[in-house]
Amino acid sequence: MYLNATLLAQITVFIILALFTMKYVWPPIVKALDERAAKISEGLAEAERGRQSLALAAKHSAETMREGKEKVADMIAQAEKRADQIIEEAKVQARIEAEKVVAAAKSEIEQEAARMRESLRGRVADLAVAGAEKILRREVDAKAHAEMLAAIKQDL
Amino acid sequence: MATGHEAATSAPNAGEYVLHHLGNLNSSGHPQTSMVDFSIINYDTVFFSSVLGVIGLFLLWRVARVATSGVPGRAQAALEILIEMVGNQAKAIVHNEQSRKFVAPLALTVFVWVFLMNSMDFLPVDLLPFLWQTLTGNPHAYLRVVPTADLNGTLGLSVGVLLLCFFYNIKIKGLGGWIHELFTAPFGNHPLLYLPNFVMQLIEFTAKTVSHGMRLFGNMYAGELLFLLIALMGMAFPSMSPFGGSLLWLGHLVTGTLWALFHIFIVVLQAFIFMMLTLVYLGQAHESH
Repeated sequence: MYLNATLLAQITVFIILALFTMKYVWPPIVKALDERAAKISEGLAEAERGRQSLALAAKHSAETMREGKEKVADMIAQAEKRADQIIEEAKVQARIEAEKVVAAAKSEIEQEAARMRESLRGRVADLAVAGAEKILRREVDAKAHAEMLAAIKQDL
Repeated sequence: MATGHEAATSAPNAGEYVLHHLGNLNSSGHPQTSMVDFSIINYDTVFFSSVLGVIGLFLLWRVARVATSGVPGRAQAALEILIEMVGNQAKAIVHNEQSRKFVAPLALTVFVWVFLMNSMDFLPVDLLPFLWQTLTGNPHAYLRVVPTADLNGTLGLSVGVLLLCFFYNIKIKGLGGWIHELFTAPFGNHPLLYLPNFVMQLIEFTAKTVSHGMRLFGNMYAGELLFLLIALMGMAFPSMSPFGGSLLWLGHLVTGTLWALFHIFIVVLQAFIFMMLTLVYLGQAHESH
Protein backbone atom coordinates (compact mmCIF):
# COMPACT_ATOMS: atom_id res chain seq x y z
CA MET A 1 0.00 0.00 0.00
CA TYR A 2 2.95 2.31 -0.50
CA LEU A 3 3.15 4.51 -3.54
CA ASN A 4 6.45 5.62 -5.00
CA ALA A 5 8.28 6.33 -8.25
CA THR A 6 7.73 2.75 -9.36
CA LEU A 7 4.32 4.00 -10.51
CA LEU A 8 5.92 6.29 -13.09
CA ALA A 9 8.30 3.59 -14.25
CA GLN A 10 5.38 1.23 -14.66
CA ILE A 11 3.44 3.75 -16.77
CA THR A 12 6.45 4.21 -19.03
CA VAL A 13 7.03 0.48 -19.43
CA PHE A 14 3.32 0.02 -20.10
CA ILE A 15 3.24 2.56 -22.91
CA ILE A 16 6.44 1.20 -24.47
CA LEU A 17 5.13 -2.37 -24.42
CA ALA A 18 1.80 -1.29 -25.90
CA LEU A 19 3.54 0.63 -28.68
CA PHE A 20 5.71 -2.41 -29.42
CA THR A 21 2.64 -4.63 -29.66
CA MET A 22 0.91 -2.11 -31.89
CA LYS A 23 3.87 -1.97 -34.25
CA TYR A 24 5.29 -5.49 -34.33
CA VAL A 25 2.81 -8.03 -32.95
CA TRP A 26 -0.70 -6.98 -33.90
CA PRO A 27 -0.39 -5.99 -37.59
CA PRO A 28 1.30 -9.16 -38.95
CA ILE A 29 -1.25 -11.45 -37.32
CA VAL A 30 -4.23 -9.32 -38.32
CA LYS A 31 -2.83 -9.08 -41.83
CA ALA A 32 -2.44 -12.86 -41.99
CA LEU A 33 -5.98 -13.31 -40.71
CA ASP A 34 -7.41 -10.85 -43.24
CA GLU A 35 -5.45 -12.41 -46.07
CA ARG A 36 -6.61 -15.87 -45.10
CA ALA A 37 -10.20 -14.70 -44.92
CA ALA A 38 -9.82 -13.17 -48.39
CA LYS A 39 -8.27 -16.39 -49.68
CA ILE A 40 -11.09 -18.46 -48.26
CA SER A 41 -13.83 -16.24 -49.66
CA GLU A 42 -12.02 -16.21 -53.00
CA GLY A 43 -11.83 -20.00 -52.91
CA LEU A 44 -15.52 -20.26 -52.12
CA ALA A 45 -16.41 -17.90 -54.96
CA GLU A 46 -14.14 -19.91 -57.26
CA ALA A 47 -15.87 -23.13 -56.23
CA GLU A 48 -19.26 -21.55 -56.83
CA ARG A 49 -18.15 -20.39 -60.27
CA GLY A 50 -16.82 -23.86 -61.00
CA ARG A 51 -20.10 -25.43 -59.96
CA GLN A 52 -22.02 -23.02 -62.19
CA SER A 53 -19.80 -23.62 -65.20
CA LEU A 54 -20.04 -27.36 -64.64
CA ALA A 55 -23.84 -27.14 -64.64
CA LEU A 56 -23.65 -24.98 -67.74
CA ALA A 57 -21.36 -27.46 -69.48
CA ALA A 58 -23.64 -30.36 -68.55
CA LYS A 59 -26.60 -28.47 -69.96
CA HIS A 60 -24.64 -27.59 -73.08
CA SER A 61 -23.50 -31.16 -73.65
CA ALA A 62 -27.06 -32.46 -73.19
CA GLU A 63 -28.18 -29.90 -75.73
CA THR A 64 -25.49 -30.95 -78.19
CA MET A 65 -26.34 -34.61 -77.65
CA ARG A 66 -30.00 -33.95 -78.33
CA GLU A 67 -29.19 -31.94 -81.48
CA GLY A 68 -26.87 -34.70 -82.68
CA LYS A 69 -29.52 -37.32 -82.17
CA GLU A 70 -32.03 -35.21 -84.03
CA LYS A 71 -29.59 -34.70 -86.86
CA VAL A 72 -28.86 -38.42 -87.10
CA ALA A 73 -32.55 -39.26 -87.09
CA ASP A 74 -33.06 -36.67 -89.82
CA MET A 75 -30.25 -38.11 -91.86
CA ILE A 76 -31.57 -41.63 -91.53
CA ALA A 77 -35.04 -40.51 -92.55
CA GLN A 78 -33.62 -38.62 -95.49
CA ALA A 79 -31.50 -41.59 -96.54
CA GLU A 80 -34.49 -43.86 -96.39
CA LYS A 81 -36.47 -41.44 -98.43
CA ARG A 82 -33.66 -41.15 -100.92
CA ALA A 83 -33.33 -44.93 -101.17
CA ASP A 84 -37.03 -45.25 -101.84
CA GLN A 85 -36.72 -42.60 -104.48
CA ILE A 86 -33.78 -44.33 -106.08
CA ILE A 87 -35.63 -47.62 -106.13
CA GLU A 88 -38.64 -45.91 -107.59
CA GLU A 89 -36.54 -44.25 -110.25
CA ALA A 90 -34.82 -47.52 -111.05
CA LYS A 91 -38.19 -49.17 -111.45
CA VAL A 92 -39.34 -46.45 -113.82
CA GLN A 93 -36.09 -46.64 -115.73
CA ALA A 94 -36.37 -50.39 -115.98
CA ARG A 95 -39.92 -50.16 -117.25
CA ILE A 96 -38.90 -47.62 -119.88
CA GLU A 97 -35.97 -49.77 -120.88
CA ALA A 98 -38.14 -52.82 -121.10
CA GLU A 99 -40.66 -50.96 -123.22
CA LYS A 100 -37.90 -49.80 -125.50
CA VAL A 101 -36.61 -53.35 -125.88
CA VAL A 102 -40.10 -54.58 -126.50
CA ALA A 103 -40.70 -51.83 -129.08
CA ALA A 104 -37.42 -52.60 -130.84
CA ALA A 105 -38.26 -56.27 -130.90
CA LYS A 106 -41.70 -55.49 -132.27
CA SER A 107 -40.38 -53.29 -135.03
CA GLU A 108 -37.81 -55.89 -135.93
CA ILE A 109 -40.50 -58.52 -136.05
CA GLU A 110 -42.58 -56.26 -138.22
CA GLN A 111 -39.70 -55.59 -140.53
CA GLU A 112 -38.98 -59.31 -140.72
CA ALA A 113 -42.62 -59.96 -141.40
CA ALA A 114 -42.65 -57.32 -144.15
CA ARG A 115 -39.53 -58.80 -145.71
CA MET A 116 -41.07 -62.24 -145.57
CA ARG A 117 -44.24 -60.93 -147.07
CA GLU A 118 -42.24 -59.28 -149.86
CA SER A 119 -40.35 -62.43 -150.58
CA LEU A 120 -43.55 -64.48 -150.35
CA ARG A 121 -45.18 -62.06 -152.71
CA GLY A 122 -42.37 -62.57 -155.21
CA ARG A 123 -42.57 -66.28 -154.77
CA VAL A 124 -46.36 -66.33 -155.16
CA ALA A 125 -46.06 -64.31 -158.34
CA ASP A 126 -43.49 -66.72 -159.69
CA LEU A 127 -45.68 -69.63 -158.63
CA ALA A 128 -48.66 -67.99 -160.27
CA VAL A 129 -46.72 -67.44 -163.45
CA ALA A 130 -45.40 -70.95 -163.29
CA GLY A 131 -48.94 -72.20 -162.65
CA ALA A 132 -50.29 -70.12 -165.46
CA GLU A 133 -47.51 -71.34 -167.71
CA LYS A 134 -48.39 -74.82 -166.83
CA ILE A 135 -52.06 -74.14 -167.44
CA LEU A 136 -51.51 -72.30 -170.55
CA ARG A 137 -48.44 -74.35 -171.55
CA ARG A 138 -48.23 -73.60 -175.01
CA GLU A 139 -48.93 -70.12 -175.88
CA VAL A 140 -47.97 -67.83 -173.37
CA ASP A 141 -45.91 -65.11 -174.63
CA ALA A 142 -44.01 -63.77 -171.74
CA LYS A 143 -43.60 -60.53 -173.47
CA ALA A 144 -47.28 -60.12 -174.39
CA HIS A 145 -48.47 -60.95 -170.97
CA ALA A 146 -45.79 -59.27 -168.89
CA GLU A 147 -47.97 -56.27 -168.35
CA MET A 148 -50.81 -58.34 -167.16
CA LEU A 149 -48.51 -60.36 -164.92
CA ALA A 150 -47.08 -57.25 -163.31
CA ALA A 151 -50.63 -56.06 -162.60
CA ILE A 152 -51.42 -59.42 -160.96
CA LYS A 153 -48.24 -59.24 -158.95
CA GLN A 154 -49.26 -55.83 -157.78
CA ASP A 155 -52.62 -57.12 -156.62
CA LEU A 156 -51.15 -59.94 -154.59
CA MET B 1 9.52 -26.21 24.19
CA ALA B 2 13.20 -26.43 23.44
CA THR B 3 12.58 -27.24 19.80
CA GLY B 4 10.09 -24.42 19.47
CA HIS B 5 12.55 -21.94 20.92
CA GLU B 6 15.25 -23.16 18.58
CA ALA B 7 12.97 -22.70 15.59
CA ALA B 8 12.12 -19.18 16.69
CA THR B 9 15.75 -18.12 16.86
CA SER B 10 16.85 -19.72 13.60
CA ALA B 11 13.80 -18.61 11.62
CA PRO B 12 11.69 -15.44 11.91
CA ASN B 13 8.33 -15.71 13.63
CA ALA B 14 5.16 -15.70 11.56
CA GLY B 15 4.63 -11.95 11.64
CA GLU B 16 8.19 -11.16 10.72
CA TYR B 17 8.12 -13.74 7.93
CA VAL B 18 5.01 -12.27 6.32
CA LEU B 19 6.12 -8.68 6.71
CA HIS B 20 9.52 -9.47 5.31
CA HIS B 21 7.91 -11.01 2.28
CA LEU B 22 5.78 -7.93 1.78
CA GLY B 23 8.78 -5.62 1.75
CA ASN B 24 9.99 -4.48 -1.64
CA LEU B 25 13.56 -4.37 -2.82
CA ASN B 26 13.68 -0.62 -3.19
CA SER B 27 16.20 2.16 -3.55
CA SER B 28 16.02 3.06 0.15
CA GLY B 29 17.19 -0.38 1.28
CA HIS B 30 14.40 -0.86 3.81
CA PRO B 31 10.62 -1.09 3.48
CA GLN B 32 8.96 2.22 2.76
CA THR B 33 7.46 3.90 5.82
CA SER B 34 5.53 6.83 4.43
CA MET B 35 2.45 6.18 2.29
CA VAL B 36 3.68 8.18 -0.68
CA ASP B 37 7.34 8.81 -1.37
CA PHE B 38 8.35 9.47 -4.95
CA SER B 39 12.05 9.49 -4.08
CA ILE B 40 11.89 5.71 -3.72
CA ILE B 41 11.62 3.19 -6.53
CA ASN B 42 10.95 -0.55 -6.19
CA TYR B 43 13.68 -2.29 -8.13
CA ASP B 44 11.98 -5.68 -7.92
CA THR B 45 8.65 -4.54 -9.36
CA VAL B 46 10.29 -2.60 -12.17
CA PHE B 47 12.65 -5.50 -12.92
CA PHE B 48 10.11 -8.30 -12.93
CA SER B 49 7.41 -6.36 -14.77
CA SER B 50 9.85 -5.21 -17.45
CA VAL B 51 11.41 -8.64 -17.87
CA LEU B 52 8.03 -10.35 -18.05
CA GLY B 53 6.73 -7.75 -20.48
CA VAL B 54 9.78 -8.14 -22.69
CA ILE B 55 9.68 -11.95 -22.56
CA GLY B 56 5.94 -12.06 -23.27
CA LEU B 57 6.10 -9.63 -26.16
CA PHE B 58 9.26 -11.29 -27.50
CA LEU B 59 7.39 -14.59 -27.70
CA LEU B 60 4.44 -12.92 -29.42
CA TRP B 61 6.80 -11.12 -31.78
CA ARG B 62 8.59 -14.38 -32.65
CA VAL B 63 5.25 -15.84 -33.70
CA ALA B 64 3.96 -12.71 -35.44
CA ARG B 65 7.20 -12.20 -37.39
CA VAL B 66 6.74 -15.42 -39.35
CA ALA B 67 2.94 -15.26 -39.51
CA THR B 68 1.54 -16.75 -42.68
CA SER B 69 -1.85 -16.36 -44.29
CA GLY B 70 -1.64 -20.03 -45.28
CA VAL B 71 -2.02 -22.90 -42.84
CA PRO B 72 -0.93 -21.54 -39.45
CA GLY B 73 1.29 -23.40 -37.01
CA ARG B 74 0.10 -24.12 -33.50
CA ALA B 75 1.76 -21.09 -31.97
CA GLN B 76 0.31 -18.83 -34.63
CA ALA B 77 -3.12 -20.42 -34.27
CA ALA B 78 -2.99 -19.80 -30.52
CA LEU B 79 -1.94 -16.20 -31.02
CA GLU B 80 -4.65 -15.77 -33.64
CA ILE B 81 -7.27 -17.02 -31.19
CA LEU B 82 -5.98 -14.53 -28.61
CA ILE B 83 -5.90 -11.66 -31.08
CA GLU B 84 -9.36 -12.45 -32.44
CA MET B 85 -10.70 -12.56 -28.88
CA VAL B 86 -9.16 -9.20 -27.98
CA GLY B 87 -10.00 -7.73 -31.39
CA ASN B 88 -13.66 -8.71 -31.13
CA GLN B 89 -13.94 -7.25 -27.63
CA ALA B 90 -12.27 -4.05 -28.83
CA LYS B 91 -14.62 -3.86 -31.80
CA ALA B 92 -17.65 -4.24 -29.55
CA ILE B 93 -16.54 -1.62 -27.04
CA VAL B 94 -14.49 0.99 -28.88
CA HIS B 95 -16.45 2.34 -31.82
CA ASN B 96 -13.61 4.05 -33.60
CA GLU B 97 -11.60 2.32 -36.29
CA GLN B 98 -8.63 4.65 -36.01
CA SER B 99 -8.36 4.42 -32.22
CA ARG B 100 -8.67 0.63 -32.30
CA LYS B 101 -5.37 0.44 -34.15
CA PHE B 102 -3.73 1.38 -30.87
CA VAL B 103 -6.37 0.41 -28.32
CA ALA B 104 -6.71 -3.22 -29.43
CA PRO B 105 -2.96 -3.97 -29.31
CA LEU B 106 -2.90 -2.10 -26.00
CA ALA B 107 -5.58 -4.42 -24.65
CA LEU B 108 -3.64 -7.44 -25.88
CA THR B 109 -0.52 -6.12 -24.16
CA VAL B 110 -2.45 -5.58 -20.95
CA PHE B 111 -3.88 -9.08 -21.03
CA VAL B 112 -0.61 -10.86 -21.78
CA TRP B 113 1.45 -8.73 -19.45
CA VAL B 114 -0.93 -8.83 -16.50
CA PHE B 115 -1.34 -12.57 -17.00
CA LEU B 116 2.41 -13.11 -16.87
CA MET B 117 2.87 -10.80 -13.87
CA ASN B 118 0.04 -12.54 -12.01
CA SER B 119 1.55 -15.90 -12.90
CA MET B 120 4.63 -15.10 -10.83
CA ASP B 121 2.40 -16.11 -7.93
CA PHE B 122 2.69 -19.74 -9.03
CA LEU B 123 6.38 -19.83 -8.16
CA PRO B 124 7.00 -21.03 -4.61
CA VAL B 125 6.83 -17.92 -2.42
CA ASP B 126 10.31 -18.44 -1.04
CA LEU B 127 12.10 -19.58 -4.19
CA LEU B 128 13.22 -16.32 -5.77
CA PRO B 129 13.66 -14.44 -2.44
CA PHE B 130 15.86 -17.31 -1.21
CA LEU B 131 17.92 -17.30 -4.39
CA TRP B 132 18.27 -13.53 -4.15
CA GLN B 133 19.34 -13.71 -0.51
CA THR B 134 21.90 -16.38 -1.38
CA LEU B 135 23.14 -14.40 -4.34
CA THR B 136 23.60 -11.16 -2.41
CA GLY B 137 24.85 -12.93 0.72
CA ASN B 138 22.37 -10.92 2.75
CA PRO B 139 19.88 -13.25 4.53
CA HIS B 140 17.57 -10.28 5.10
CA ALA B 141 17.49 -8.98 1.51
CA TYR B 142 14.01 -8.00 0.39
CA LEU B 143 12.40 -9.22 -2.83
CA ARG B 144 8.83 -9.34 -4.08
CA VAL B 145 8.35 -11.24 -7.30
CA VAL B 146 4.70 -10.46 -8.16
CA PRO B 147 4.61 -6.99 -9.75
CA THR B 148 0.80 -6.91 -9.64
CA ALA B 149 0.84 -7.49 -5.87
CA ASP B 150 2.59 -4.12 -5.64
CA LEU B 151 0.14 -1.23 -5.74
CA ASN B 152 2.62 0.76 -7.82
CA GLY B 153 2.48 -1.92 -10.48
CA THR B 154 -1.27 -2.00 -10.86
CA LEU B 155 -1.89 1.70 -10.34
CA GLY B 156 0.84 2.35 -12.86
CA LEU B 157 -1.25 0.49 -15.39
CA SER B 158 -4.54 2.09 -14.42
CA VAL B 159 -3.04 5.60 -14.39
CA GLY B 160 -1.60 4.83 -17.79
CA VAL B 161 -5.11 3.96 -18.94
CA LEU B 162 -6.40 7.18 -17.33
CA LEU B 163 -3.84 9.25 -19.24
CA LEU B 164 -4.89 7.51 -22.45
CA CYS B 165 -8.52 8.32 -21.57
CA PHE B 166 -7.56 11.99 -21.30
CA PHE B 167 -5.70 11.73 -24.59
CA TYR B 168 -8.63 10.19 -26.44
CA ASN B 169 -11.14 12.55 -24.81
CA ILE B 170 -9.16 15.49 -26.16
CA LYS B 171 -8.47 13.83 -29.49
CA ILE B 172 -12.08 12.87 -30.18
CA LYS B 173 -13.97 15.79 -28.64
CA GLY B 174 -11.31 18.48 -28.86
CA LEU B 175 -9.97 20.22 -25.78
CA GLY B 176 -12.92 22.64 -25.72
CA GLY B 177 -15.43 19.89 -26.26
CA TRP B 178 -14.02 17.82 -23.45
CA ILE B 179 -13.92 20.73 -21.01
CA HIS B 180 -17.48 21.53 -22.01
CA GLU B 181 -18.44 17.94 -21.27
CA LEU B 182 -16.64 18.02 -17.92
CA PHE B 183 -18.91 20.86 -16.78
CA THR B 184 -22.20 19.92 -18.45
CA ALA B 185 -22.34 16.16 -17.95
CA PRO B 186 -23.82 14.11 -16.36
CA PHE B 187 -26.52 16.43 -14.88
CA GLY B 188 -27.07 18.84 -17.75
CA ASN B 189 -26.10 22.19 -19.13
CA HIS B 190 -27.04 24.80 -16.55
CA PRO B 191 -24.74 27.32 -14.75
CA LEU B 192 -25.89 26.04 -11.38
CA LEU B 193 -24.92 22.50 -12.35
CA TYR B 194 -21.40 23.29 -13.60
CA LEU B 195 -19.77 22.64 -10.25
CA PRO B 196 -21.68 19.45 -9.36
CA ASN B 197 -20.96 18.14 -12.83
CA PHE B 198 -17.26 18.79 -12.54
CA VAL B 199 -17.07 17.29 -9.07
CA MET B 200 -18.95 14.26 -10.35
CA GLN B 201 -16.55 13.87 -13.27
CA LEU B 202 -13.56 14.11 -10.95
CA ILE B 203 -15.06 11.44 -8.70
CA GLU B 204 -15.82 9.28 -11.72
CA PHE B 205 -12.31 9.43 -13.12
CA THR B 206 -10.75 8.87 -9.71
CA ALA B 207 -13.05 5.99 -8.86
CA LYS B 208 -12.50 4.34 -12.20
CA THR B 209 -8.74 4.54 -11.99
CA VAL B 210 -8.42 3.60 -8.33
CA SER B 211 -10.84 0.69 -8.56
CA HIS B 212 -9.17 -0.46 -11.77
CA GLY B 213 -5.76 -0.67 -10.13
CA MET B 214 -6.97 -1.69 -6.69
CA ARG B 215 -9.04 -4.61 -7.95
CA LEU B 216 -6.05 -6.33 -9.50
CA PHE B 217 -3.77 -5.36 -6.63
CA GLY B 218 -6.23 -6.65 -4.03
CA ASN B 219 -6.65 -9.99 -5.73
CA MET B 220 -2.96 -10.56 -6.20
CA TYR B 221 -2.02 -9.23 -2.79
CA ALA B 222 -4.57 -11.52 -1.13
CA GLY B 223 -3.38 -14.45 -3.23
CA GLU B 224 0.21 -13.82 -2.27
CA LEU B 225 -0.72 -13.45 1.39
CA LEU B 226 -2.58 -16.72 1.34
CA PHE B 227 0.40 -18.48 -0.21
CA LEU B 228 2.56 -17.01 2.56
CA LEU B 229 0.18 -18.28 5.25
CA ILE B 230 0.09 -21.73 3.63
CA ALA B 231 3.88 -21.71 3.56
CA LEU B 232 3.89 -20.77 7.25
CA MET B 233 1.64 -23.70 8.00
CA GLY B 234 4.10 -26.07 6.36
CA MET B 235 7.06 -24.39 8.04
CA ALA B 236 5.55 -24.89 11.47
CA PHE B 237 5.56 -28.67 11.23
CA PRO B 238 9.05 -29.41 12.66
CA SER B 239 8.11 -27.57 15.86
CA MET B 240 5.01 -29.67 16.52
CA SER B 241 4.63 -33.21 17.77
CA PRO B 242 5.08 -35.77 14.99
CA PHE B 243 1.32 -36.26 14.61
CA GLY B 244 0.36 -32.58 14.61
CA GLY B 245 3.36 -31.81 12.44
CA SER B 246 2.43 -34.29 9.79
CA LEU B 247 -1.13 -32.93 9.81
CA LEU B 248 0.22 -29.44 9.16
CA TRP B 249 2.46 -30.78 6.43
CA LEU B 250 -0.54 -32.49 4.83
CA GLY B 251 -2.53 -29.29 5.28
CA HIS B 252 0.16 -27.34 3.46
CA LEU B 253 0.07 -29.86 0.63
CA VAL B 254 -3.70 -29.89 0.27
CA THR B 255 -4.41 -26.18 0.75
CA GLY B 256 -1.38 -25.17 -1.29
CA THR B 257 -2.52 -27.33 -4.19
CA LEU B 258 -6.11 -26.17 -3.97
CA TRP B 259 -5.20 -22.51 -3.71
CA ALA B 260 -2.71 -22.76 -6.57
CA LEU B 261 -5.35 -24.41 -8.75
CA PHE B 262 -7.92 -21.79 -7.83
CA HIS B 263 -5.34 -19.10 -8.35
CA ILE B 264 -4.88 -20.19 -11.97
CA PHE B 265 -8.48 -19.14 -12.47
CA ILE B 266 -7.99 -15.86 -10.60
CA VAL B 267 -4.84 -15.04 -12.55
CA VAL B 268 -6.57 -15.42 -15.93
CA LEU B 269 -9.79 -13.82 -14.76
CA GLN B 270 -8.09 -10.77 -13.30
CA ALA B 271 -5.98 -10.35 -16.42
CA PHE B 272 -9.15 -10.55 -18.52
CA ILE B 273 -11.06 -8.14 -16.26
CA PHE B 274 -8.20 -5.68 -16.34
CA MET B 275 -8.14 -5.85 -20.13
CA MET B 276 -11.91 -5.47 -20.43
CA LEU B 277 -12.00 -2.47 -18.09
CA THR B 278 -9.16 -0.91 -20.04
CA LEU B 279 -11.26 -1.24 -23.19
CA VAL B 280 -14.42 -0.01 -21.46
CA TYR B 281 -12.75 3.10 -20.06
CA LEU B 282 -11.09 3.89 -23.37
CA GLY B 283 -14.40 3.26 -25.11
CA GLN B 284 -16.13 5.70 -22.76
CA ALA B 285 -13.54 8.32 -23.68
CA HIS B 286 -14.86 8.06 -27.24
CA GLU B 287 -18.50 8.59 -26.34
CA SER B 288 -20.01 12.00 -25.77
CA HIS B 289 -22.66 12.42 -23.15
